[in-house]
Amino acid sequence: MSITSATSTAIGGLRERIRRIEGHGSLRKAVLPFGISEIDRRLPGGGLALGALHEVAGGGNGAIDGAAAALFAAGIAARTKGQVLWCVGRPDLFAPALAQAGLKPGRVIYMEAGDEKTALACLEESLRHGGLGAAIAEISKLTMTASRRLQLAAETAGTIGLIVRRWRRQTEAADFGQPTAAVTRWRVSVLPSAPLPVPGVGRARWHLELLRCRAGDSADFYVEACDAKGRIALPADLADGSGAAEDGRRSAVR
Amino acid sequence: MGDAAPSAETPLVLVGREGRRRVVLAADHAAKAAGLHAGTPATKAQALVPGLVILDAEPAVDAEALERLAVWALKHYSPIVAADPPDGIVIDATGVAHLHGGEEAMQNHLLHRLSGSGFLATAAMADTWSAAHALARYAARPSIVMSAGKSVEAMAQLPLASLRLPAEMAAELRRLGFKSVQDLLDQPRAPLILRFGPELGRRLDQATGTVRELIERVQPPELIETKQVFAEPIGAPETIAKYVGKLVAKLCQELEEHALGARRLDLLCHRVDNRTEVVRVGTATPVRDVKRLTRLLTDKIETIDPGFGIEIMTLAAAIAEPLEPKQRVSSLVQEAEADVSSLVDVLANRVGERRIYRLEPVASDVPERSVKRVALLAPKSENDWPDHWPRPARLLPHPEQIETMALLPDHPPVWFTWRGVRRRVSRTDGPERVYGEWWKADPELEAVRDYFQVEDESGERYWIYRAGDGEDPATGSHKWFLHGIYG
Repeated sequence: MSITSATSTAIGGLRERIRRIEGHGSLRKAVLPFGISEIDRRLPGGGLALGALHEVAGGGNGAIDGAAAALFAAGIAARTKGQVLWCVGRPDLFAPALAQAGLKPGRVIYMEAGDEKTALACLEESLRHGGLGAAIAEISKLTMTASRRLQLAAETAGTIGLIVRRWRRQTEAADFGQPTAAVTRWRVSVLPSAPLPVPGVGRARWHLELLRCRAGDSADFYVEACDAKGRIALPADLADGSGAAEDGRRSAVR
Repeated sequence: MGDAAPSAETPLVLVGREGRRRVVLAADHAAKAAGLHAGTPATKAQALVPGLVILDAEPAVDAEALERLAVWALKHYSPIVAADPPDGIVIDATGVAHLHGGEEAMQNHLLHRLSGSGFLATAAMADTWSAAHALARYAARPSIVMSAGKSVEAMAQLPLASLRLPAEMAAELRRLGFKSVQDLLDQPRAPLILRFGPELGRRLDQATGTVRELIERVQPPELIETKQVFAEPIGAPETIAKYVGKLVAKLCQELEEHALGARRLDLLCHRVDNRTEVVRVGTATPVRDVKRLTRLLTDKIETIDPGFGIEIMTLAAAIAEPLEPKQRVSSLVQEAEADVSSLVDVLANRVGERRIYRLEPVASDVPERSVKRVALLAPKSENDWPDHWPRPARLLPHPEQIETMALLPDHPPVWFTWRGVRRRVSRTDGPERVYGEWWKADPELEAVRDYFQVEDESGERYWIYRAGDGEDPATGSHKWFLHGIYG
């Protein structure tokens, strides 16, 4: 046995111990793949962890309107099984758009929490229940404590929790830099749509940034927005390796 | 009276005996318009109004009907409701108004339901029973909500009769020159009481809220209820939780005997200082599960203020519905969808039943009308919105006017300014023409909206429309509006 393999077994053993101490059992292993190897291989386990909390925010003006972020979350929720709870922040979510992202009206339970404290409490309750496919809330302020509670609730029951971060002002969007206990953190910014041979607007495209990923590296991708089944896709002209790295990074505050 | 009832336009009075005279006790709108009022002798009324329908008053039947109405209100609005004879019901809305979308919404809902079943009612909400009683009868048109602390002020302007004084005493006071409640409040109390007795002082104190009035709630005979009396008043949340558990277990046993499940549970905590703290929880389906019901009630313990201690706890199933055991067939192929009704109950009790809902498609091309809220339990429709055009993820509650520049009147704009930011349009799609729904409102007969999907240079996509078809001014103002934001 060479030294390197001995070290790797030792490290593997240590990792196993850490995992056991952290208390994540088999539930952590369940993932929801995007179906795009480019993205899935960046995520530990080969997909978005079920039974975990994920954060999504919009970039640029999306930080305020949260339109693309909501659709991205809807696409993820659409690919889960069971009912989906959506904690609405401001009354401007348009359900037909969610249906076009794969989240059919019969599957979604909408809730108006009134204030964010209630929204967080209700989200925690929904995650802990375990019967839902996904629970989504639109929140502007998320503290470490609150997110840790949510993450623990999601872990115990195995429901995926999605938080769509949405702020009133661009300046508040800097809050997105604060650490939370969410497993992944995404930023979705809109890009000019897919070019068409005729005048018109093609399929929407997003600049998808994986800003933070527990046990993984951050990355960014250019993707096409959710189709009617909630799947995102790589644009055909970029499918052979996205030119993400060269383009320089965008920030939430442009 | 069913079909035999006279039409609403026919003047109608109820007569009864007052001493040895037959007098009018109550008159409807038409009769009042003809100049009749309570106290008019029956013979005089008959002579004054031709075609008057006269019926004998049946106070006992009326009282019974009022009691039934109170029970109905108890089931639907609040755990503490009482009949307030001869013509009212009193509802303690403390801590339940938010479940109905606020005080005003609750009151409107109540009046709406009543008028739907043929009752002409007025309603008032105030700090005290006395004030609400007076305002409902003398100031509500047809409803009024006084914000906290304003009741006394509002009531002071009302006539003396609003104080619920005996008729002779009111007449005597009027003769002495007192007209409004304010006149009485301004007077030194001692001589007044010396002259009129303690009743007057009590009524005044009740009006100002110095003395609390107990509402003796109605007890429908079929109400299933359990009670726990404490030798020593309790106050700690843990103790309350413990006894809630015991009461729920007892109640569920009783429900089981009747094959019922609770749809609405009321927990009443009678405090040593004669106040009652109430908690009301509802469920979407009949439930008899001890654990689930206990959970719903214990969630609300923090809203109970035990004060100096609770001496009696009563748990009642205000609405109970048949719940038969059901056999579930297991299926090999289809995985049963997880039951989320327990979660929905918890959430609905936290935020209010109306704020948790499903959205359903409506066959309408007008975007803001294409979505309808339905109750969670409503049968799921398989309908979906038409998928011809992409829809924006965010639809502004009110379309916002934008400044635009278009090459031709019926072209999409080449640039537009929204919220002070000017955007150059690089791609457009449309128009999608939406016609007004003339069957809903007359002005919509010719109205037209042309929707365009536009994308600016940075890739942000918006849903804008022009009010009008670009040619005919009758179809709209031809101004441009931004209605939605695509993701």
